[in-house]
Amino acid sequence: MEFLKDVLGIKNLSKEQMLYVIETAKRMKLLIDSPNKKSPMLQGKTVITLFYENSTRTRMSFELAAKYMSGNVANISVALSSIAKGETLLDTGKTLDMMGTDVIVMRHPQAGAANFLAKHVNASIINAGDGMNEHPTQALLDIYTILEKKQSLNNLKIAIIGDIAHSRVARSNIYGMTKLGANVFICAPDTLLPKGIEKTGAIIVKNKYDAVNQADVVMGLRLQKERMQHSLLSSIREYHEYFGLSEKTLSNAKDDVLIMHPGPVNRGVEMTSKIIDGTKSVITEQVKNGVAIRMALLYIVTRRSL
Amino acid sequence: MRLLIKNGMVFTGTTIKEEKQDIAIENGKIIEINKQINGKFDQIIDANEQIVLPGLIDAHCHLRDPGMEYKEDLESGIQSALHGGFTKIACMPNTKPVIDNEALVSYIIEKSATIGKVKVLPIASLSKNQQGKELTEIGLLDRAGAVAFSDDGNPVNSSSFLNKALQYANTFDALVISHCEDLDLVGEGSINESFQSTTMGLLGIPETAEDVMVYRDVRLAEYNKVPIHIAHVSTRQSVEVIRQAKKRGAKITCETCPHYFTLTEKACNGFNTFAKINPPLRTVDDVNAIKEGLKDGTIDIIATDHAPHHHDEKAVPFSLAPNGIIGFESAFSLSYTHLVKEGIITLSQLVSKMSTIPAKILKIEGGTIEVGKAADLTIVDIKNNYEINVNNFHSKSSNSPFDGFKVYGEIKHVIIDGIKEL
Repeated sequence: MEFLKDVLGIKNLSKEQMLYVIETAKRMKLLIDSPNKKSPMLQGKTVITLFYENSTRTRMSFELAAKYMSGNVANISVALSSIAKGETLLDTGKTLDMMGTDVIVMRHPQAGAANFLAKHVNASIINAGDGMNEHPTQALLDIYTILEKKQSLNNLKIAIIGDIAHSRVARSNIYGMTKLGANVFICAPDTLLPKGIEKTGAIIVKNKYDAVNQADVVMGLRLQKERMQHSLLSSIREYHEYFGLSEKTLSNAKDDVLIMHPGPVNRGVEMTSKIIDGTKSVITEQVKNGVAIRMALLYIVTRRSL
Repeated sequence: MRLLIKNGMVFTGTTIKEEKQDIAIENGKIIEINKQINGKFDQIIDANEQIVLPGLIDAHCHLRDPGMEYKEDLESGIQSALHGGFTKIACMPNTKPVIDNEALVSYIIEKSATIGKVKVLPIASLSKNQQGKELTEIGLLDRAGAVAFSDDGNPVNSSSFLNKALQYANTFDALVISHCEDLDLVGEGSINESFQSTTMGLLGIPETAEDVMVYRDVRLAEYNKVPIHIAHVSTRQSVEVIRQAKKRGAKITCETCPHYFTLTEKACNGFNTFAKINPPLRTVDDVNAIKEGLKDGTIDIIATDHAPHHHDEKAVPFSLAPNGIIGFESAFSLSYTHLVKEGIITLSQLVSKMSTIPAKILKIEGGTIEVGKAADLTIVDIKNNYEINVNNFHSKSSNSPFDGFKVYGEIKHVIIDGIKEL
């Protein structure tokens, strides 16, 4: 398969590439579940996490993924670094490159930041989220989580409900899931639907029940509270009424429906606690699979092949 | 000093008929235009198989001087304009400080005069410090040599202010140029709002941000029965609004730029910051509408909106990059290749849009080749194609998305006031 230096987005990954990553992640998961979580697969390789936005799970997930495989990991805290002195992204990247870094895991508030850095450094870049553009590792772990429970994504009905417009998770998932043959239904207030999104193959529905009824998978998206200040929404109350997920909302979903959320969750906004903590929820499994997917990608890019 | 241009196909800007003619120049003026001119000359330019045009005039550029000389200064801007075939250029006031007083208008005029060659005509700001609150001294600035008035990229937000500014400017027969953009609708957008912005994960700028302001500005000018010039039109609906206003007899003129009829939003693929510009590159449908507007005369002129930015400023993630592309040295060839060669407009119409009509709109000398007038001429090779090479540009900056484009219409010579400057 094709040489893979960077993981920038799902948009430019093929179906085969995605499935290969997931196959590799399955083997990685065995290691996470074993009592002695240490393999030499990343020995002698250096991974740096460079996060320009706050993160707990993604950053820790990458860090542990590298450590379980004996990689050297260093974290850059943007607030305490020379970035705070005004160093450009380009200069930061080149500096890290010269220190012998093999992989830079990067999160940045601007779309395309990972693509930009990848053009200018020798290290592999793994995009851990760039603006509203892509969050490829999240989509891969979401798809992996679904594939653990379902044979394939082909013809599955997947509902993604919430702030599609500002969500890199939604975009990456729509690209990946549609490539794998799923029917992706999206539901959001019109103010939170980005222009032309239906051209991705996603199906827009106005009513959340049309998205959820007979669905195999239902995914909520984090709602950022500041959306209210920009006249994109009226109130949390109204949002929850029309776009929130509760047991009642899900009453006509398939019996074996999977409930997913990329986290962190606003309990009682996107979903009720009953759903989040219920038997159909795979939200905690998503977190575990996240480590496995990131181990797989770190392993693959340091081999620079698929 | 006597100069003779022989055998060129001459476009005078006064008739639509072009002819192979000789042009004799003495002491900066054209003294004769005829089929065959003989006699003693100090210099003879053979323009065989080339076209001779009235010197190109750009009604919209940014020279960054004073204050941002690391991007461009009067010297480099003049060199770049000269190599693009321009003999007169009107520069926008968004410098540091803003050109909003007589001293700065004089600075531009006098400093550029000492450099010579291309004439630089300052556009002063309409409001003090481009803040849209207090009027500049339009009468005094006009007298000092400001060629027009515009708040440019800080468009006037208050309709009431613009209404009064249009009336006040008319007192002095001064031209107002409006950059039409509703900043609320633009928000944090950095690319045309469409499927393209969605798949790039960037906030979009809707076409309505331009359309609604074009309508507002056109109506305010029409209501007050005063002229207004609309800068860099980029959308189908803007063209349509202006077309209808002109039909009603409103004194509207407008411009577009080469990038709005040669490129679409797809040029931003790969997060190419050299294609980041304001207004943003639009869709194929908009490009077609711009061409229709140029063809039927709704769009009067082609300006460059030459907007230099330092390489480091563009070497950042897309949404952080400043807007703008440099345009002097590709404007004519892009226009010739994509409008004339494609049969959208004739070569004499292109000459009008890049020389004759800009001179009329700005109410300045030039734009024609006539006996007795100053000899400002641009000589172009339209036979051979060439590849645009940004490394050979004379601007201090290199932010052009046109590097490597194959075009026709290379500028061969530029004569300003009877002197062969290129």
